[in-house]
Amino acid sequence: MMSAIPGMLQTPKQVADRRARAPHSSRRYSMFLRMLFRAAVVRRGRTTAALLAMIVAAAVATAMMNLYVDVQAKLSGEFRNYGANVVIIAKDGRALPADALTKAESVLGPKTLAVPFSYAVARTKDGRSVVVVGTDFARARQLNRWWKVSRWPAAPSEALIGMRAATVINPNPSANRQPFELTFQGKAIQLTPAGMLQTGAGEDSRIYLDQSQFQNWTGVVPSTIEVSANGTAAEVEAAIRQLAQILPDADVRPIRQILEGEANVLNKTRATLYASVTLVVLTSALCVLATLMGWVFDRRRDFAIMKALGASRRLISGFFAAEAAALGVVGGVVGFFIGIGVAAWIGRASFHAPVVPRLGVFPYVLIGSMIVALLSAILPIALLRRVQPAIILRGE
Amino acid sequence: MFPRLVYESFRHQARRKLLAGIAIALGVAVATAMIAVATNIGDKINRELRSYGANLIVTPQEDTLDVEVGGVNLKPPSDGAFLNEADLPKIRGTFWHNNIIGFSPMLPVTVKVGTGREAQDVTLVGTYFKKPLSFGKENFTTGVSITHPWWKVTCGDGKESPSCGWPTDDSQNVLLGERLAAKMNRKAGDTIEVAGRELTVSGILSTGGAEDEQIVAPLALAQQILGMPGAVRRIYVSALTKPQDAFAVRDPKTMSPEVYDRWYCSPYAQSIAYQLQEAIPHSHAEQIRQVAQNEGVVLSRIKGIMLLITLAALFASALAVSAAMATAIFERRIEVGLMKALGASSLAVSTFFFAEALLLALVGGIAGFSAGALLARHIGHSVFSSQISIEPVLFPVILAIAVFVSFAGSAAAIRRAVKFDPVFALRGEG
Repeated sequence: MMSAIPGMLQTPKQVADRRARAPHSSRRYSMFLRMLFRAAVVRRGRTTAALLAMIVAAAVATAMMNLYVDVQAKLSGEFRNYGANVVIIAKDGRALPADALTKAESVLGPKTLAVPFSYAVARTKDGRSVVVVGTDFARARQLNRWWKVSRWPAAPSEALIGMRAATVINPNPSANRQPFELTFQGKAIQLTPAGMLQTGAGEDSRIYLDQSQFQNWTGVVPSTIEVSANGTAAEVEAAIRQLAQILPDADVRPIRQILEGEANVLNKTRATLYASVTLVVLTSALCVLATLMGWVFDRRRDFAIMKALGASRRLISGFFAAEAAALGVVGGVVGFFIGIGVAAWIGRASFHAPVVPRLGVFPYVLIGSMIVALLSAILPIALLRRVQPAIILRGE
Repeated sequence: MFPRLVYESFRHQARRKLLAGIAIALGVAVATAMIAVATNIGDKINRELRSYGANLIVTPQEDTLDVEVGGVNLKPPSDGAFLNEADLPKIRGTFWHNNIIGFSPMLPVTVKVGTGREAQDVTLVGTYFKKPLSFGKENFTTGVSITHPWWKVTCGDGKESPSCGWPTDDSQNVLLGERLAAKMNRKAGDTIEVAGRELTVSGILSTGGAEDEQIVAPLALAQQILGMPGAVRRIYVSALTKPQDAFAVRDPKTMSPEVYDRWYCSPYAQSIAYQLQEAIPHSHAEQIRQVAQNEGVVLSRIKGIMLLITLAALFASALAVSAAMATAIFERRIEVGLMKALGASSLAVSTFFFAEALLLALVGGIAGFSAGALLARHIGHSVFSSQISIEPVLFPVILAIAVFVSFAGSAAAIRRAVKFDPVFALRGEG
């Protein structure tokens, strides 16, 4: 390192010795590299300022692009709280094939929820009709997170009672933990209420039972499977097509209310995010452009000396461009990692879930930094080119 | 002398001043647009969330149990209690009537469709499509076209033509659910026989829900068929609400009068439901939890993200402004040297530069604010097709921020320029 930085007080002999020791063939390149390096070291303050601007801009751009990609995925997840977006219904009142659920799950993959429902109309002791539904409580609980349930059934003989159904089976609300009896085609069953279900929709008028208990009692198998398919509109459509193919005896329908509502909100959010992120990235690019142009313009004396010493235009342009490119690369790389960190922190703060670093953003950030850096080097040089070196050196 | 110095500086360095001014204007424009978008996003997304449909439902207080499987009603038709259609416009008289986007009454009737042996039981739902109503002096339209935006009406043969579409609310025309239409082999323009009446199918309805197997008719027609004029089974209400918090779920009966007033005057789903119950006699209003519970979560997430992006935008524009100011001052070391050599104090030189920065910030700030307002408007129109309003109070705030950021950006550069030895500066070394 020391030999690369010659002191001011070297005698001509020392300089000549050093030059003789340098490998002859690479002299021109080593000179080029030394100039690049020295330029950075000597004007430490200005170079640091330019590099900082570059890093900050790259970090902001990385964080924004990362968020832009990740927020959409995260929001999609939030929209899954609305419950099923696809429903599989047996055709014309027939039952679904026994293996429908396993088949559906094999198509959908392990992360997708599919919940079976079977329906029957039973009678209470005093002869009133009530809809009884058999389902898998563990899955229904995950699918329908908006259900307000005072206590989920723990034992098979326990039932979940809809708010309005509760008044039918037991008009006295203080005694709502008492067992009750339902009959279906002459077969009676004793059930204990586990808790109350409140949704504000049709579920309030129903009684929910464990599927196997329900099937033992009524012999009715599931007629509906509600599916919460993940992903974009196109992915959900593909899932629907696959399901229809594997289950030819059933109707596979999208729940348009959920799908279209989600598409609408997500599209608007994405457009707003896109506009905002573009604005932020453009602003930071402009900031770098202004700083770097000042930095290059400030070095017009170096430029003039090189020109006066007979350097070709190409060499000078190449020199400044190489310097700017080096700055762009260093700033881009450092900024990228800082930006990833910022995005991860933001993700944790706003979604309580880690943001996955999107490495796909890296080439864009790097190329963007290079372009901005080169642009800010070339513009001032184009301006300076027309000026006589003597005028610059005179300080005018 | 001082104003002349500043004036001359702007006159002779017009190009450089222009560059710095543009940088400030751009920074301020981005900041203004982002603040405007961020303050409006909650309201806009709340409206978009209404595309999930109604979030409140009003039913008769003494309603009997629904016995319904897969959209087919198994309950005797005249069983149960009804609401009165005449009470519906009162919904517009509630405290939060401006937050109520629309409502649709529903009256399901089980009818025989077809004649003789082919007759089958089908549910016919009476509702409003786009019904003009008035409450007091106020006129408004409401119906499923507002509360159920995912309902689509086609001609049934894949083509769209003006001859088919939504029926009018005073007609005897109906919409046929697409699955029912396929089963009966009917399309728009055909007639069907419902409960002994010849009705024209004005369009084929696709909803992806139970309505696909039903007939949807104007409310008046359903009431005629049922023989109960003015009867409504339930009302779906779509309202803009505030995300639920701990205060929202408290029981209004246990509140003290002041707390009750505060609860009553907050647009929670719960308090709007409470007011609907007050407006419509013998009713029970409740939130549809699937819609109402989730919108709060989605809304707060989107708001949070926009806030963060706005902060990033403010940060980036502050950087851009201060970078431009620093560059502009750094280039003028020789002038500083000259001024100091002529005996100007550091204070005088700094004041001169700060005055320049102030002028630039004010001019750039005003230009940037106007540009930012235009940008926000453009975003509002292209994304939400509605106005993004900018609070007038934002103007002085933005201007103050612009001045502050310009000063902060210049401060370091001015200090360095002032500290610099005039001899070196005049010799052109630096």
